[in-house]
Amino acid sequence: MRIALFATCLADTLFPEAAKATVRLLERLGHEVVFPFEQSCCGQMHVNTGYQRDALPLVKRYVSVFDRYDVIVAPSGSCVGSIRHQHSLVASNCGERGLAARAQDVGSRTYELSELLVDVLGVEDVGARYPHRVTYHPTCHSLRMIRVGDKPLRLLRQVRGLELVELPAAEQCCGFGGTFALKNAETSAAMLADKLTSVVATGAEVCTAGDASCLMHIGGGLRRKETGVRTVHLAEILAST
Amino acid sequence: MSTFLGMPVTAPSGVGNLRGDRTFPEAAHDALADGQLRRNLRHATTTIRGKSGRVIAELPDWQELRTAGSAIKASVLARLPELLEQLEERVVAAGGVVHWAADANEANAIVTDLVRATGSERVIKVKSMATQEIGLNEALEAAGIQPVETDLAELIVQLGEDKPSHILVPAIHRNRSEIREIFLRAMPGVDPGLTDDPPVLAAAARKYLRETFLSTRVAVSGANFAIAETGTLAVVESEGNGRMCLTLPDTLITVMGLEKVVPTWQDLEVFLQLLPRASTGERMNPYTTMWTGVTPGDGPQSFHLVLLDNGRSAVLADRAGRAALHCIRCSACLNVCPVYERTGGHAYGSVYPGPIGAVLSPQLTGVEDNASLPYASSLCGACFDACPVKIDIPSMLVHLRDKAPHSRMERAVMRAAAYTMNHPRLYARAQRAAKLARIAGRRGRGLPPPLSSWTTARDLPEPPEQTFRDWWARR
Repeated sequence: MRIALFATCLADTLFPEAAKATVRLLERLGHEVVFPFEQSCCGQMHVNTGYQRDALPLVKRYVSVFDRYDVIVAPSGSCVGSIRHQHSLVASNCGERGLAARAQDVGSRTYELSELLVDVLGVEDVGARYPHRVTYHPTCHSLRMIRVGDKPLRLLRQVRGLELVELPAAEQCCGFGGTFALKNAETSAAMLADKLTSVVATGAEVCTAGDASCLMHIGGGLRRKETGVRTVHLAEILAST
Repeated sequence: MSTFLGMPVTAPSGVGNLRGDRTFPEAAHDALADGQLRRNLRHATTTIRGKSGRVIAELPDWQELRTAGSAIKASVLARLPELLEQLEERVVAAGGVVHWAADANEANAIVTDLVRATGSERVIKVKSMATQEIGLNEALEAAGIQPVETDLAELIVQLGEDKPSHILVPAIHRNRSEIREIFLRAMPGVDPGLTDDPPVLAAAARKYLRETFLSTRVAVSGANFAIAETGTLAVVESEGNGRMCLTLPDTLITVMGLEKVVPTWQDLEVFLQLLPRASTGERMNPYTTMWTGVTPGDGPQSFHLVLLDNGRSAVLADRAGRAALHCIRCSACLNVCPVYERTGGHAYGSVYPGPIGAVLSPQLTGVEDNASLPYASSLCGACFDACPVKIDIPSMLVHLRDKAPHSRMERAVMRAAAYTMNHPRLYARAQRAAKLARIAGRRGRGLPPPLSSWTTARDLPEPPEQTFRDWWARR
């Protein structure tokens, strides 16, 4: 299958390993990956900070860049949530009805990685090997906005050598929330502190998730506290052999 | 009161409890530093979450009930004027008097005048969010009338000269030793040997309240529901103190937000299943009191219903925000909110705290007056899943953020970011410049605000040698 990759601005810029792993994994499974160079950002930060009008050109860009592909994948539940649920809303709020309809359509063809693997490609065992003790944090937008359910866990359970340990209070937010982490930095840090306690309590070497943004937050906290626990994107684990 | 071109007005300032003195982050700062408060809140919210989750899991049709609750509320809002007029007609036909209050000032004046006319210098109160919203207690006190809260938690708040911090359990921020101190200090006739044993504390409140119930001739209540087809009012509660207030006095004055009306008795079937399970985690609330006008020889012989707008028409006028009026004040969204659990309710400034407060308060007052509240959320979405009437709070927060005033600096930064993201060459150059962040070190010393607020608790990510697109271009 020919699959277009939306790398997301965060993975493209700061966490390229997550996007590279997505490419390696899909190619290993026999698919063709294309990366349209004109892509940039889904605009979620603007929408969620109160700048829908400024996000409009980014919505337009996403739609015009990806409209020509049947299947699009992004290594982020949050960005996919924004594309699927916010793009058409932003367009219609700005009076762009035609764009709203197209955005809805492109959004319905945009998948988060675990959705693509399990729902579209019908695979749970991706042939990965990752001999580590791992705990999984279900990020809020994966869990409650696009409802990936247990798909990431089903994929992780098939990885050779991987010992999966359950994260206590897993469904509680890590406190990132985009610009929330800056605007309400102390509340965000208090939420993070409890998440870190839960992660450390599992005794895992690695904390994984389907979103580089939440992992940046959790990872930044784990390193600050010198816990020795690493954060690794789900795509990197699934791409390992 | 003046309206501009017929547009509905927001709740007036200078009266009531919808606006805080400080922004949310400022108020949260103090709450976060209070370890005792955080332990109290974590314990209480975790307990209620567990209890509520268990009784909700018993119902195979919970999702259908939520859908029904949401649909009934949407239909009520779509024909609110006719339902309110029907309610008025039926209440009057049953011997009650209906008053229309455009805002907090009008409602306070109506209630104060009604109490004065009875000659009573004291009123007993049923726990009510609407009267807290309009600051009725303050208004009555200013007129020389003593309001006595009879809900145990509201009484603790009142005697402690405190503010409620939760919709359902307003004294959630207090533990039993603090409650003992408050009673010893402020409860008339209290036994000086009072201990902090919960049954002893409850018995002290009971003794004090019994005397008050039997010697007060006027009661003020709110309402959970008003049934348009018969003019019946309904209050649900746990303690029975509400029942005392609703049945013992000669005069009953009910202040009700005008969105509380439902069309028929049959609609209660849905809400009386949703509300106790979502709020206290009970299958059924212990007391449901319903009354229709006045009944000769039984209960209050004088009944007044005050229908309160106070910004609700303005909420109704906003297509993307009006579902906030679906709220049945169960507080499920507070109990699941990771922000509320850490900051408590006072940080929100308004009598409506938590996720629902973050969307309702700014809409009632106009978003300029509560501009930090729509940002008091990580948009994790737990509130939407917990809401028994399916209010999409996260989407509403995003909508209100778009209407909120922004600083000139922030606007400039966001504009520049969007411009860069929309120009591929500029974007690629900006990405490579991210590598320069290495000079800040992983602890980010010397970073300017607001970036420095990230590095107080978290390290910076190490910028990679190569962006993804550079890697792709060279493979």
